Amino acid sequence: MRIGALDLKILRDAWHIRGQIVACALVVAGGINSFVSLSSVNRTLAASQAAFYEEYRFADVFAGAVRAPESVAASLAAIPGVATLETRVAVRVNLDVPGLAEPARGRILSISRDPSGGLNALHLRRGRLPAPESQDEVVVAEAFSVANSLGPGDTIRGVIHGKYKALRIVGVAISPEFIYALGPGQLVPDNRRYGVLWMDRKGLAKAHDMEGAFNDVTARVGPGASVRAVLKEMDRILAPYGGVGAYDREDQLSHRFLSDEITQNRTMARITPTIFLLVGAFLLYTILTRLVQMQRSQVGLLKAFGYTGGEISLHYLKLALVISLFGAAIGVATGLPFAYAMLRLYSEYYYFPMYGNDQGLNVASAGVALAVAAAALGAVPAAMRAARLAPADTMRPEPPPRFHAGVLERWGLRRALSPAGRMLVRNLARRPLRFAASVAGIAIAVALLVMMTAMMDGVRYLMDWQFTIVQRDDVQVLLNEPRTKSALDEIRALPGVTEVEPFRLAPARVHAGHRMKRGVLFGLDPGPTLRRVVGADGRAWEIPPDGVVLTAIVAGTLRVEAGDTVEIEIMEGKRSRLPLLVMGVVDEPIGFATYVSRATANRLLGEGDVVTGAYMRVDSRERERIFAQLKAMPEVAGANLREAAYTQFRAMIDRSVGIMITVNLVFAWIIACGLVYNGARIALSERGYELATLRVLGFTQRESASLLLGEQAVITGTGLPMGVVLGIGLTLYFIWMLSTQMWRMPYVVTGLNLVGAMVAVALAAVASGGAVGWRLRRLDLVGALKARE
Amino acid sequence: MPEAIFRMRDVSKVYHVGDLEVVALRDVSLELYRGEFVVLLGPSGSGKSTLLNLLGGLDTPTKGQVDYLDHDLSEGGDEKLTAFRREHVGFVFQFYNLIPSLTAAENVALVTDIAEKPMDPREALALVELTDRADHFPAQLSGGEQQRVAIARAVAKRPDVLLCDEPTGALDVETGRLVLQVLERVNRELGTITAVITHNASIAAMGDRVLRMSSGRIVSIAANEKRLPASELVW
Repeated sequence: MRIGALDLKILRDAWHIRGQIVACALVVAGGINSFVSLSSVNRTLAASQAAFYEEYRFADVFAGAVRAPESVAASLAAIPGVATLETRVAVRVNLDVPGLAEPARGRILSISRDPSGGLNALHLRRGRLPAPESQDEVVVAEAFSVANSLGPGDTIRGVIHGKYKALRIVGVAISPEFIYALGPGQLVPDNRRYGVLWMDRKGLAKAHDMEGAFNDVTARVGPGASVRAVLKEMDRILAPYGGVGAYDREDQLSHRFLSDEITQNRTMARITPTIFLLVGAFLLYTILTRLVQMQRSQVGLLKAFGYTGGEISLHYLKLALVISLFGAAIGVATGLPFAYAMLRLYSEYYYFPMYGNDQGLNVASAGVALAVAAAALGAVPAAMRAARLAPADTMRPEPPPRFHAGVLERWGLRRALSPAGRMLVRNLARRPLRFAASVAGIAIAVALLVMMTAMMDGVRYLMDWQFTIVQRDDVQVLLNEPRTKSALDEIRALPGVTEVEPFRLAPARVHAGHRMKRGVLFGLDPGPTLRRVVGADGRAWEIPPDGVVLTAIVAGTLRVEAGDTVEIEIMEGKRSRLPLLVMGVVDEPIGFATYVSRATANRLLGEGDVVTGAYMRVDSRERERIFAQLKAMPEVAGANLREAAYTQFRAMIDRSVGIMITVNLVFAWIIACGLVYNGARIALSERGYELATLRVLGFTQRESASLLLGEQAVITGTGLPMGVVLGIGLTLYFIWMLSTQMWRMPYVVTGLNLVGAMVAVALAAVASGGAVGWRLRRLDLVGALKARE
Repeated sequence: MPEAIFRMRDVSKVYHVGDLEVVALRDVSLELYRGEFVVLLGPSGSGKSTLLNLLGGLDTPTKGQVDYLDHDLSEGGDEKLTAFRREHVGFVFQFYNLIPSLTAAENVALVTDIAEKPMDPREALALVELTDRADHFPAQLSGGEQQRVAIARAVAKRPDVLLCDEPTGALDVETGRLVLQVLERVNRELGTITAVITHNASIAAMGDRVLRMSSGRIVSIAANEKRLPASELVW
């Protein structure tokens, strides 16, 4: 194939301005990289979630009861709207994991007898399902298996229904119900200390004294049916059997976490590429506009030869196409591996089969299309300008550009400025849109960094808050059922236990009019020190003897405030429902607890001096021994270690923070470098003649460079503080967007965030400005004077 | 005999254009004296501009010696040459080279701001009779006016030498004559050595001396018995 002369010209033009092309292509690449990586991660997660849910029949509604005879199942299945229904046996279990000092907790679920696998079916990763009617064979969740290096052939000991039992692992599986497995009282998954297990229904029923009965129900709802109505009816039917409240997927923890993650990811997948591609389109616009301007006479010549306006437009559009395809290629080539790396990271926290390997190609082609669209956005106006040039005009030199003293100067700025300063101000003022777009670009680069560091600091702050200010215990012990306070005496008596603070925890619903919020009722003793209720202002709350203190998330959902009355429905025992006065709303960032005094909780539950667990402080030298003793106590359902959870969380955050900071820093640098380098190169090209004149007139290199780069300095200097403002705005937006029903992102923007972001972007600007300033050395003084371009 | 301000001895300048070697000047020797008005004539490529560039400190010779009083201009060094241009040289170009974003007065101030004992920009503009156009931008001035601003800019620093490369090349006869009158006046009133490069042989009559160049050499130096006033030039 022979390359036409015109195409050769554009290739050589491209080579001539290769620095600018690379800078622009890198910005496009940043956009396509973020689009390809975030979108393919998002599509893969969403597709995998949907496919896994469908194939393994993830239920729509979930309910529990104390014990219901199997005959009730028929009336549940008959609820209008219920398509498939399964009863189960679910058992809380204390696990003695080999190599783990403290007791671990687990949940054993019966496996469906449905030959097809039933609802929430298991996807076996290794081994096999338990043999029918086997009483000691279990399948363990992959997360737990990986964390504890356990697999088929291993045995763990568990306490079921107060009796020790050796459980033989025969298989490892994942389930749509536990993609993200969060144990009770945990804020981040601790797969070492919490695990889900599955057993044959008969074997489990026998061990748990549930033969001919069930205590857990899941169901799928038919298309078009009202989930709300089904939940209500289920609650009604199960109430006599100690029903603890039915809920739908929205309140199913694993689904909730995964779905929130996918939603956040989708938002990022839209915002980040948009920012990049807009900056890229702007750069392309400035590059091509300048090229057309420089090539006026060439355009005129081509027109004189008989080329049409369309052909000439196409000629410049081809250059834009080359740049965008170059950028898209880099973006796709770096984005896809990045997507796989992100998915690998996800797979350490979310256990489900990642489908959608075919997403890569789709997303890559969409990315290329997007890059071309961005290129068109920037290039078409410039190409049109070339098409409109009249041949006769182009043969004459361009008249000197018109300048005038702007408003600022008339207000007196004029006297304050040297002639060089006036040149700078007028050059910027002459192209206000270009100035505004460049400033906006710099501001966006700063804002990205501010927002990202603020988010990371926010998550850290949240966890520091939870683990050092709210919780100051060493161990949280959970009892397997409500017991009188004296049950703690044995624990208190253990050598090395220095403090014990009991609590009463019960699942509850809070009602206000037609609004309802599921959560937990948290009954605390007066003057707690190990687990406090602390507002955002750092003030520790005293829980009043009567009435209830709501967290802001709950109060916000219910639209109530202090002085209003809410109804507390306890989702265990007799399921009493009683009105309580809201004594205060505490702005706690995490969780959705409803705080009452333990006495009030006991009263609501119609029980005596009862506890369900305690926070403890222990002597660190006695820890191991205390854990061993706790493990041996049948009434202890498990222990959460504050330190372990904190460490786990920090490890997770530190790793993702490292990646996020690097990625965003690279992104911000690409934007800042692209803008400043291009801006300075175009200024050099537009005013090389002027600068050469100044050099001839006796201006030094430094003086003329400061004139050239002064504009970029003004742009950067204006953009940096605007970026701080934009960054704060963006942070607030993300806080609003990312705040879930479970926790609220705090606003943590420190001086270090702001200064750091500005310094990072300023460094990029200085480096790119310096690179252009260096070129001034090669300015041909004699040549520049000879002829006007 | 007036004092020699510039001395060039056996100066050659060779440019490399791609693989080609272009000899722009061949063993040129020349002295310029205080207060004189010199016209350099010659066809394109004869070496006039190269000679002017060497005198103005824009370039250094490949061989030979260029001195301005006790400054050695042949050694080069960007800082040294920049300082020389800043303190001693005024340039006037064919295409004026005004800064489009600055008014006439500001274009002059650009130079007076960095000079040691400059005149007031208005004073320089008065010298070229453009006081009333001081606040106009280049785009608002005619070609002749722009060139007069360029001359005002060049002389405002009270340079020792004024180097003019085809100052009338882009102007019509009337305007060109006006510009030459300004140069003549500056030379007379300020005593600035003035060197004018031109294609236009008619201009030769206004100089003290006329240098004719061809193929990189000075082929003749002629002194005019009597300088013709610029106002009487015809072409």
